[in-house]
Amino acid sequence: MEQRISAGRLAIRDLRVVAGGVALAIIVLLVGGAFAGLAVEGIRDFENALAAFDSYLARIVWFTLWQAILSTAFSVIPAIAVARALSRHRAFRGRGLILKLFALPLALPAIVATLGILALLGRAGLLAGPLSSLLGGTWPGIYGLSGILVAHVFFNLPLATRLLLEALDTVPQDQWRLASQLGMGPGSTFRLIEWPAIRSALPGAAGLVFMLCVTSFTVVLTLGGGPAATTLEVAIYQSLRFDFDPTRAVTLTVLQIGLTVAVMIVLGLLGARTALDGSLSVAPRKFLAIGPVESAVNSVVILIALALVAGPIAAVLVSGLKADLARLVLDPAVHAATTTSVVLAVLSSSLSVAMALSLVAARRAVSARRGWLARSFGWIAGTGAGFVLVVPPIVIGAGWFIMLRHTGLVFAAAPVMVVMVNAAMAMPFAIRAIRPAYEAAGERNDRLCAQLGISGWNRARLIDWPALRLALATGLAFSMALSLGDLGVIALFGSDSVQTLPFLLLARIGSYRTDDAAGLALLLGLLCLTLIFLADRLGTRGTP
Amino acid sequence: MRRTLLPLLSIAFAVSTLPASAQDKLTIYTYDSFVAEWGPGPQVEKAFEAECNCDVEFVAVADGAALLNRVKLEGANTRADIVLGLDTNLTAEAKASGLFVPADIDHGSVNVPGGWKDDVFVPYDYAHFAIVYDSEVLPNPPRSLQQLVDGNPEEKIVLQDPRTSTPGLGMLLWIKAVYGEKAPEIWAKLKNRVLTVTPGWSEAYGLFTKGEAPMVLSYMTSPAYHMVADDTERYKAVAFQEGNYLQIEVAGVTTTGAKNPLSARFLTFMTGPGFQDIIPETNWMLPAGATDKPLNAAFGKLPEATKTILFPADEVAANRKAWIDEWLTAMSR
Amino acid sequence: MTESPSAGTPVRLDEVRFSYERTSLRFDVSFQPGAITAVMGASGSGKSTLLNLVAGFEVPESGRVLIGQEDVTNLSPADRPVSMMFQENNLFAHLDVERNVGLGRSPSLRLTNDDRKMVADALARTGLSGKERRLPRELSGGERQRVALARVLVRNRPVLLLDEPFGSLGPALRADMLDLLRDVQSERAMTVLLVTHQPEDARRVASHIVFLEEGSVVASDLTDNFFADGGPEAFRHYIGEKITDSARKRT
Repeated sequence: MEQRISAGRLAIRDLRVVAGGVALAIIVLLVGGAFAGLAVEGIRDFENALAAFDSYLARIVWFTLWQAILSTAFSVIPAIAVARALSRHRAFRGRGLILKLFALPLALPAIVATLGILALLGRAGLLAGPLSSLLGGTWPGIYGLSGILVAHVFFNLPLATRLLLEALDTVPQDQWRLASQLGMGPGSTFRLIEWPAIRSALPGAAGLVFMLCVTSFTVVLTLGGGPAATTLEVAIYQSLRFDFDPTRAVTLTVLQIGLTVAVMIVLGLLGARTALDGSLSVAPRKFLAIGPVESAVNSVVILIALALVAGPIAAVLVSGLKADLARLVLDPAVHAATTTSVVLAVLSSSLSVAMALSLVAARRAVSARRGWLARSFGWIAGTGAGFVLVVPPIVIGAGWFIMLRHTGLVFAAAPVMVVMVNAAMAMPFAIRAIRPAYEAAGERNDRLCAQLGISGWNRARLIDWPALRLALATGLAFSMALSLGDLGVIALFGSDSVQTLPFLLLARIGSYRTDDAAGLALLLGLLCLTLIFLADRLGTRGTP
Repeated sequence: MRRTLLPLLSIAFAVSTLPASAQDKLTIYTYDSFVAEWGPGPQVEKAFEAECNCDVEFVAVADGAALLNRVKLEGANTRADIVLGLDTNLTAEAKASGLFVPADIDHGSVNVPGGWKDDVFVPYDYAHFAIVYDSEVLPNPPRSLQQLVDGNPEEKIVLQDPRTSTPGLGMLLWIKAVYGEKAPEIWAKLKNRVLTVTPGWSEAYGLFTKGEAPMVLSYMTSPAYHMVADDTERYKAVAFQEGNYLQIEVAGVTTTGAKNPLSARFLTFMTGPGFQDIIPETNWMLPAGATDKPLNAAFGKLPEATKTILFPADEVAANRKAWIDEWLTAMSR
Repeated sequence: MTESPSAGTPVRLDEVRFSYERTSLRFDVSFQPGAITAVMGASGSGKSTLLNLVAGFEVPESGRVLIGQEDVTNLSPADRPVSMMFQENNLFAHLDVERNVGLGRSPSLRLTNDDRKMVADALARTGLSGKERRLPRELSGGERQRVALARVLVRNRPVLLLDEPFGSLGPALRADMLDLLRDVQSERAMTVLLVTHQPEDARRVASHIVFLEEGSVVASDLTDNFFADGGPEAFRHYIGEKITDSARKRT
């Protein structure tokens, strides 16, 4: 009893817990407010909502989970090999560029990425000829489950690779030295050193990829070949769009969250966290003896991954170069949209990283505490908050619209909503990027800081910032990419003052200006690379 | 970080809440491509402002379906005087909301195929849905729905999903109107020819122009864009023997707009040459009202529908869900 | 209990109970004020936990931790009059020697001229003059522990806890460090708890020994008595076994 009281008092005094609480409150408010709004509008027809649970729903639930599980497996398992190869070869030319390129798919609107993938693997794609003669007959394209998987791997393999690489980078240098000292071959190095680090990050990375695939919409419909390939997200969208049935939308959203939670719990059980042993890193370089065979294998792995990512991006580049770029660059509408996109991306990614850091810190702050309260708070801060990703933006947009419609704040709220929603949606990515480094730094520094009374701002400034800025930059890069590519809730709020680049891009396709759209996709990609480059600079500046 | 965030946020706030003069102002809700700078919006705004000596404000929402939702959500408090961009499949639901008032103008100059008329909603443009094909790949396109269904399954078509897009819904209604009870069998057969079903028009048309499929569901007027802007007659539309389903875009005055004298004035303007001359080469649809300028020659090269097919709005509203379920069952088999 | 308590700060665990995983520990012990006490015992007997309880890294389930006359059971580690040195990770890897020591004066590293003088003196006292700008990775293992000891000096707390701090150093270096520790301790009259596996360490610097077995104190006496013929049986057993006990204690 006495111990619980003292733990509670410590919790209140601990700034990290307070910050985490604030971040959680923002998310709860964002999602809860939306649900409340929809409930106000629509809780009158539950029978109808329950009627939604028919064989059609059972079928799309099955398909949603099946494609998401397969996509996750095909993205994350190869990502282990790619991350390991990149971690073992740290100095080759172009490595930095590859890593920056790996954040790019997230920033491409689904339609752009899909057309890019089809430019390679479609019926009229670059590889259609070779594939036709290879397989005999006409290459049928990749429509169906295979197409969905290829596109999801394009989006998620690079993401998973970067997240796992982040985890591998937290392995203390002493362990690498030990490994080489003991003459460990690649096999035992992987089993004894790399795998434990990867395993600690695997449930998080896989969970994130899984959630992205569950909510996949454009890719699934466009490449799925027909309505047999339909996800729950489509049904939610449909229920708000043509039917305007808020009860059904909320019911389906809750179902989507519930299913995701269930799968994530299974994932969590598969990969129990292993404690990270963080000791003082002694040497800045690794002592690795990499044989020629392994070198060759790693090169092939990296090249395949690069081809997969760079192929569609190159297609985007090529078709973008055909556009009248000079005119686009001088177009005031493009200027306005670019400015809006950059401002929104910077705001929402900063907010996103701040929230992610707060949650990661709060989780660590309570991780040593006992009692169900601390444990559940830790779980919510660590994993639970991530489920915001499976709440469809259209649900948040519609719900908040209803909440605000009578207040006259609707127009003023549009930019705020966009920033908040993008920040919340990008936050799970930032968490995955920051957590391994934060935990490792915590293992190393927590006792010492407690002993010396270094806390709060002092700790952030003197201890955490130097240890975390690389990871924070990664988190920032991902959130920026995601915010840049997001179409978000703007559509429903309908405000002329918030026209983003992806929005402009889609509108140009909508008026047949496909060349303009291709050019804008190229500009969007370049903008994303620039921001990621800047974020990386922020993360490495002044590092000894 | 807080230092940079707050000022920027407050700028965003300030910009979006800049007070506009309440006097002599007309607020129009429409879909986004209408107000894009290459769309009709900017020219329409300029022309009407010159005529009425007032301020026109466009508020853009994604598309017709979202537009109706938006107005329904705002209810009687809506700021919109006029909602522009619903199509005839949505008018029954729009009227049922009680948020629109009869248009008190002379409908005389309005002329759309099939003679569609409504006391509340006024058409401003129209086009038939049509199969658009790439003549370089497909020299012998289907000339009828039946030929489309029976044709070589290797010659693919890209369709849109009726659950998420208006052209997709149009195709569903088209087949339903022509085949009635037999629609599920037709879909089951057509399925073999469908390359994929996209969530919206943009994805489908993108796949088509990238050469993924030689046919796409679009508008009879689509080839006009390629003739005018790309100077090519490569892409062509077909008028089917059974007729083509019609999409009419309409505008209506809200209960808020009923108090604004500018509303009726705008509707009258909308059906006249000042508005109608702008439409063809910005919205790539056919004008529903009187024009001064002759249509671009490209429009003359387009085929004309042999027959116009259009369900009454209330019939669509009553049956949409059942028909979509029917389509899902046939296509998922 | 032969020396006068007025020379230093008493440390006492009063009926402290604590458990982790499936082990439960129970400590009821007083440490000699102003002296070095070696805390010994087999791996897993609870030596580190005992230190963590005194330092405040662990909170007892019941019982009290008393330092001086004060009940510090619910105080955070930084608020206790205690400094602690670990076997590893005593330094922040990205901060140089001077700043690592300076943190002992001010957790915000805002140092007054007096503070700087104190840091310089402590570095001189520990033989680190001229190495102020070095990063930890540029130091040897012994030097790193000297930096940690310098920080203990500038913090100037009456109680010092050491958890096998010199375990990874060679015999000569370890002897040097122990002598330095003894000198520093007697200058400041600190109460020192030193966890060690090496009986010769205890003999060299500790006036007292507390011996643990399976989570409780089984013997507590003057070092000389421990090594005399009539020393505690468990301790003799431990020393005898020690040679084959090559496993390092969990830190």
